[in-house]
Amino acid sequence: MSILAFVESNESKIKKNSFEVISYARSLADKLSVELTVLCFNIDNANDASIYGADKIINVKNEDLIEFKSREYADAINQVAIKINSKIIVLSGSSNCKYLAPSLAIKFDAGYLSNVVSLPIELNPFIVKRSTFSNKAFSESSIDNERKIIGLATNSFGTIEKKSNPETIQQDLSIEKTKLRVDSVEMSENKISIADADIVVSAGRGLKGPEHWGIIEDLAKTLGAATACSKPVSDLGWRPHSEHVGQTGKPVSTNLYIAIGISGAIQHLAGVSSSKIKLVINTDPDAPFFKAADYGIVGDAFDVVPRLNEKLRAFKAENN
Amino acid sequence: MKILVCISCVPDTTSKINFTEDNKEFSKDGVQYVINPNDEFGLTRAMWIKEMDGSSIDIINVGTQSNEPILRKALAIGADRAFRVDEDPKDSFRVAKLISNHILKNDYDLIIAGRESIDYNGCMVPGLIGELTNIDFVTNCVKLEIDNSRATASREIEGGIEKVSCELPLIIGSQKGLVEESDLKIPNMRGIMQARQKPLEVIEPESFSSQTTTLKYSKPEEKGKIRMINPENLDELVEILHTEEKII
Ligand SMILES: Cc1cc2nc3c(=O)[nH]c(=O)nc-3n(C[C@H](O)[C@H](O)[C@H](O)COP(=O)(O)OP(=O)(O)OC[C@H]3O[C@@H](n4cnc5c(N)ncnc54)[C@H](O)[C@@H]3O)c2cc1C
Ligand SMILES: Nc1ncnc2c1ncn2[C@@H]1O[C@H](COP(=O)(O)O)[C@@H](O)[C@H]1O
Repeated sequence: MSILAFVESNESKIKKNSFEVISYARSLADKLSVELTVLCFNIDNANDASIYGADKIINVKNEDLIEFKSREYADAINQVAIKINSKIIVLSGSSNCKYLAPSLAIKFDAGYLSNVVSLPIELNPFIVKRSTFSNKAFSESSIDNERKIIGLATNSFGTIEKKSNPETIQQDLSIEKTKLRVDSVEMSENKISIADADIVVSAGRGLKGPEHWGIIEDLAKTLGAATACSKPVSDLGWRPHSEHVGQTGKPVSTNLYIAIGISGAIQHLAGVSSSKIKLVINTDPDAPFFKAADYGIVGDAFDVVPRLNEKLRAFKAENN
Repeated sequence: MKILVCISCVPDTTSKINFTEDNKEFSKDGVQYVINPNDEFGLTRAMWIKEMDGSSIDIINVGTQSNEPILRKALAIGADRAFRVDEDPKDSFRVAKLISNHILKNDYDLIIAGRESIDYNGCMVPGLIGELTNIDFVTNCVKLEIDNSRATASREIEGGIEKVSCELPLIIGSQKGLVEESDLKIPNMRGIMQARQKPLEVIEPESFSSQTTTLKYSKPEEKGKIRMINPENLDELVEILHTEEKII
């Protein structure tokens, strides 16, 4: 028996959030006293998985897996899991993994839970904690099938270094192709996506108009952060929909979330509350967001944000 | 075309989330239920197709009788027939399987579900249906065009947009962008009157076992106290982010 951790890649390199998946799977494997096999597709730096304790690395080289395709990926993961007689597969909480996981669950005939935030609390039955109701609650749920798929919530476990000396196996597979055709992919230029970012700088209606977003973009640039916004801001067309975060937008679970001129409505908080640190900048000391934040500044964004940006720039220049 | 829209009925976004005394179930006391926002975008998109080509729209929900007013609302918006599988949904696999069985009996050209339900946040049901019925599935769908039997759809991906195409049937996971908030259809008086006469069929659930069981709920720990920073002393914040939080 072996735990199978699926690792995503970007331009043939392991994605950062996958190291959390490997760390989680390592701890789970230790708990069950079994091996950890890490699975990746077309990767150059497969050996980086050894930093987090992989016992074996399976690298599938296959043309059909260069671009992400949900059911093809699910087919490949399923084939490998069966080949190595794995009973538990661990996936990240990325949108691609959330897309492929249900397909995989049916192919692999497994019970699947998404948004898992803990190692099993009990092994028999197999009970894990998961986040639910837009982070307003947790549930303890059991996976009742012998075969299990765990979708790990982003930033819920962290990474743990544990050096290992894995063997890397190159694996060939033949993949069943589906009818769905990818015609084109358009990436927004030079933009850090909300899902990948360590820091997200987000602004709301307090900014008064799209012409004022320069100070937000400057701050994001200094911090290497992604930009985001509240729902009305995207509804008004001030910013693209892809930046809308919250319960009905994108979830944010980043290390630092900076909310500028956002009141902190319940639907907004629901989607961002799993971020580790929240910093709020708002003119209104009674803005509800202050109740849910770690750090707060009562002040005018147009005054505070440019000054904060200058200080951070100076700090970065000195410390790099 | 024959369109099916999957409707999950969820607590209104402003609801306080509470549980029954033993923490085993969500407490429905005083909670207002609504159409899951992502499904509402999908229903409006379906209506646009119907207005263009006269397609028929069925809706399906796995849920208890208490959901019927919400299903009537969807009929008032313009759906033609409603199906309710009479079961309190507890396991996404069961929900998906029950809906799949209905799809396999009814031959739909287009199935619209939401990207995610805002209560249990599974992101599971439509993908499971896709695999169970062997119908292609595109989630995070922000654009959908149908030309005869061919569909093109745009999927929001991390940092961009992916365009895909396939022959119908297709399942999409809808979200805002597919239609805008301001496009959402609100039932008018005539719609509400007509909805009363439209068929709402109750389906008895088949028996098969579930894959997961929720045993207990809990709430997150209370947040620690906020630390306020003087706007005239931003150096303090830079220092905190560096030495305490180690984030810069
Ligand atoms: C079904 C439903 C779903 C929803 N889903 C979401 C969602 O997913 N995400 C989301 O964000 N919202 C969502 N909302 C909307 C939500 O209820 C709020 O309306 C919204 O979050 C408010 O956005 P805001 O904070 O930008 O604007 P406002 O509430 O108008 O707040 C603006 C804030 O800026 C402050 N301000 C003003 N001037 C300045 C200045 N110069 N400097 C600093 N601060 C200033 C004000 O004090 C105020 O607190 C949803 C609503 C519904 C009904
Ligand atoms: N009980 C249900 N009845 C009908 N459709 C549902 C039900 N639960 C989920 N769905 C559909 O599946 C989508 C995703 O739900 P989920 O997998 O729970 O995040 C929802 O937006 C609905 O379209």
